Amino acid sequence: MLAEKDIQMTTDKAQPVLGYVHSIETFGSVDGPGVRFVAFLQGCRMRCQFCHNPDTWNIGVGTEWTADDLLKEAMKYKAFWGKKGGITVSGGESLLQIDFILDLFKKAKALGVNTCLDTCGQPFSYKEPFFSKFQELMQYTDVSLVDIKHINAAEHKKLTGWTNENILGMIQYMSDNGYHMWIRHVLLPERTDYDDYLRQLGAYIKTIKTVDKVEVLPYHTMGVSKYQNLGIHYPLEGIEPPTAERVANAEKLLDTKSYTGYKVR
Amino acid sequence: MKQLEKNEIKNYWEGFNGGDWQDEINVRDFIQQNLNQYDGDESFLAGPTEATTELNDQLLALKKKEREVGGVLDADNNVVSTITSHGPGYLNKDLEKIVGLQTDKPLKRAFMPFGGIRMAEDALKAYGFKTDPEMHKIFTEDRKTHNQGVFDAYTPAMRKARHYKIVTGLPDAYGRGRIVSDFPRISIYGIDRLMAEKANDFAHIGDGEMTDDVIQLREEVQEQYRALNEMKEMAAAYGYDISRPAANAQEAIQWIYFGYLAAIKTQNGAAMSVGRIDTVIDAYIQRDMDRGILTEEQAQELVDHFTMKLRMVRFIRTTEYNDLFSGDPIWATLSMAGIGMDGRHHVTRTAFRFLKTLDNMGAAPEPNITLLWSDRLPEGFKRYATEVSIKSSTIQYENDELMRNQWGTDYYGIACCVSAQPIADGVQYFGARANLAKTVLYAINGGKDEIADAQVGPAYEPITSEYIDYDEFISKFDKMMDWLADVYVNALNTIHYMHDKYYYESAQLALKDTRLDRTFATGISGLSHAVDSISAIKYGKVKVIRDENGVAVDFKAEGDFPRYGNNDDRADDIAKWLVKTFYSKMNQHHLYRGSKLSTSVLTITSNVVYGKNTGTTPNGRQAGEPFSPGANPAYGAEKNGALASLLSTAKIPYKYATDGISNTFGVTPNTLGHDDEDRKDALVNMVDGYMENNGMHLNINVFNRDTLIDAQKHPEEYPTLTVRVSGYCVYFADLTKEQQDDVISRTFFESM
Repeated sequence: MLAEKDIQMTTDKAQPVLGYVHSIETFGSVDGPGVRFVAFLQGCRMRCQFCHNPDTWNIGVGTEWTADDLLKEAMKYKAFWGKKGGITVSGGESLLQIDFILDLFKKAKALGVNTCLDTCGQPFSYKEPFFSKFQELMQYTDVSLVDIKHINAAEHKKLTGWTNENILGMIQYMSDNGYHMWIRHVLLPERTDYDDYLRQLGAYIKTIKTVDKVEVLPYHTMGVSKYQNLGIHYPLEGIEPPTAERVANAEKLLDTKSYTGYKVR
Repeated sequence: MKQLEKNEIKNYWEGFNGGDWQDEINVRDFIQQNLNQYDGDESFLAGPTEATTELNDQLLALKKKEREVGGVLDADNNVVSTITSHGPGYLNKDLEKIVGLQTDKPLKRAFMPFGGIRMAEDALKAYGFKTDPEMHKIFTEDRKTHNQGVFDAYTPAMRKARHYKIVTGLPDAYGRGRIVSDFPRISIYGIDRLMAEKANDFAHIGDGEMTDDVIQLREEVQEQYRALNEMKEMAAAYGYDISRPAANAQEAIQWIYFGYLAAIKTQNGAAMSVGRIDTVIDAYIQRDMDRGILTEEQAQELVDHFTMKLRMVRFIRTTEYNDLFSGDPIWATLSMAGIGMDGRHHVTRTAFRFLKTLDNMGAAPEPNITLLWSDRLPEGFKRYATEVSIKSSTIQYENDELMRNQWGTDYYGIACCVSAQPIADGVQYFGARANLAKTVLYAINGGKDEIADAQVGPAYEPITSEYIDYDEFISKFDKMMDWLADVYVNALNTIHYMHDKYYYESAQLALKDTRLDRTFATGISGLSHAVDSISAIKYGKVKVIRDENGVAVDFKAEGDFPRYGNNDDRADDIAKWLVKTFYSKMNQHHLYRGSKLSTSVLTITSNVVYGKNTGTTPNGRQAGEPFSPGANPAYGAEKNGALASLLSTAKIPYKYATDGISNTFGVTPNTLGHDDEDRKDALVNMVDGYMENNGMHLNINVFNRDTLIDAQKHPEEYPTLTVRVSGYCVYFADLTKEQQDDVISRTFFESM
């Protein structure tokens, strides 16, 4: 807990920022390069219709961790990381807890640990103090996983409750400043699975200079039981996962094959 | 030996590097001098020849027929299986490069009554066959079996412990198994040289003072000598002269197989390992290739045909046995790779060739391919191995660094499913498992069985309070473990005495040194449930619910408690303590023939039966629910993913559990990564990391569609199968039927 008398002290000596963690996955192998220790942070403001983790939405709850403790926990798994692996912070929406991540990633980089930020970019803003913190965070982030929920601003708002302008802004900033990313896109029939939108998205991604990988994530229904448990109405009742053909089609339109930077980095 | 013979032998050795192995029986030295390390990838490998495919199709058709008729195609009922009991048998004489069957026909099961006539008869009966009346008479009236010997000597306490299943799987009616013979001896030296060696050993046993030990060993070596002679006779029936060393690769493999055939004709042990033969076979293949008389296709064909033979091994078992070890396993365990004492890796092209058999002839459970893993193995081999794992889920990984250091030799093999054994001079007396989860209940109930309402253990004071007091529990548990260790170890002493007397493994032991280091292997089942139960009592509050007889039949654990499987020392320390404590208690007892105690935390598929016979445990596991397999955490206990679970298992000290600590890991391809290269990376890193943390054994199941369908039908066999959904994961078993169907169809696609 933050004590009154410590508030004036410098960051280093202050009581550490606490992270609110939803859960930990020690064997993450699809959350960035190699085998990774993944901390799913609690809290998200987006309400994506296809979200399979509605249990991570609430803000300010979850298990409290200091960056030191979480890193210490992660380091127990160092032997599994090989040359590429490391830690990933995911969510929820990770950037809602940017102070915590900054603390964590700084300390991780001091130990030579590969860091990966999984974000939807929704909290991104050029406003201070967020922007300075984000700039600093990028110094300590090896790669980011960025979700583009929808390329069309209006559709994005319908799908998630928020517009995508600042998200694309974040991606542009990262592109301009040489920060590498993997772009991921959920393929959802009746929402994102239209050739027009996919072409637009594909063309957009081509303008970003630092994309190492593009992944199409087919929508699935495995989060439905969580909605039932939480007593939340499931907004996509009746929508089936995309067919293999549609997945292949999306991969073609997004030209996923051309993005191979992840193999070398 | 006469000079002439020596010179003849030398001709067979031409082209090999010489060494101590030429002056004494020393396969390890042969390997040292003739190891052909291979650092490349799998690109040199050859596909199946036409003959291989034709033979394999024939075998698959037979297997299909076997399944259709209910599991057993044919069985002997009047010929007692010995090394020479049957004339030659073939699958397809014209095509087979490696020959030899257990009986006269493929997949026909042999009659093996020496372990116990009742078991042999029950097994026949289970598949609609009848024992020949003459055989029945001989083995009930005229010739005593191992089984009868054991039951003549068992105490009432042992019978009770066995009957109420606090000890399960005792090898008191069939072969104890778990002996890895040094089969390559036959190829390198020929039988005559081995017989001469045994004759020499025999001449030097004892100093004329006929103690029990000396008498026993002299009799045994004579039996071994006789078995060696019979091996020659058996091989001669197939047209081969194995009195001399092998002249080429085909003979080297054939000679090894004849040794193995002698083993499985005489013993029906739970595990009939084939040992560690890859580097020797490789030396012969390489020599033939250097001489220009063997191509890669031909070499692969030899390895394929030999492997096909291992896939054809059959024993006839009773229904109860099949419940314990389902799926007709025989554990023809084949150990490969590893690092030598001198730091050189032992990966040869032939290790690749054995892995390639799974591609050439399709996946199969036998031989039980075991990779002796080290992070120092060459990258190309690691990646190929994980590729085969991903395709077929048929490989197990064991920690070579750990085992080599513990056993002090690089020439060891896996004796059963998991246990290491020095091949030249190690032997293991295997026996069953003690159920520690049930022991927790016996401690609470004062030795009364929670299912049968019988006094099985000693009638100590039961716990009578509403909530279990930790200190009271531990002191009662301690005493109950004392009793269990006593009755268990002494039952095994009885079994091994009688096994040596009535069912001695003369063929297998003929292919080992006469002077042996013996291990007394015990086992633990229900570890995770015992640990979580103790943790619940220690860190939570456990309320007891008793039936009208005062027996605890249910528990309510109030408050959270740490569970084994989350890399949480509070729970994991209990696991370490429990293994060490039970080991120490067993170790206080006399152990047959001066053997050294070892224990294991592995259950194979018997976790289901153990669970069936165990009441509700304080950790919340319901009566009859399967145990988690081996040293796996209890189903649903893991909250932090696979690696946390693996690191919990890795903490169990191998020093005590030298018989093996098994972890079974199941994963879907999409959890491992979005493409093949990522998946291989993930698996290599996972195995490397686990071993670096002293993890001992890892079964890796990467489930394809068929296995997922199976998992849907038998969820208890896939306790850790998780489905990864991009950013998160859920247990497969927690999904609805429809969702499981969804995953099953989806796994075919490359992304999820």
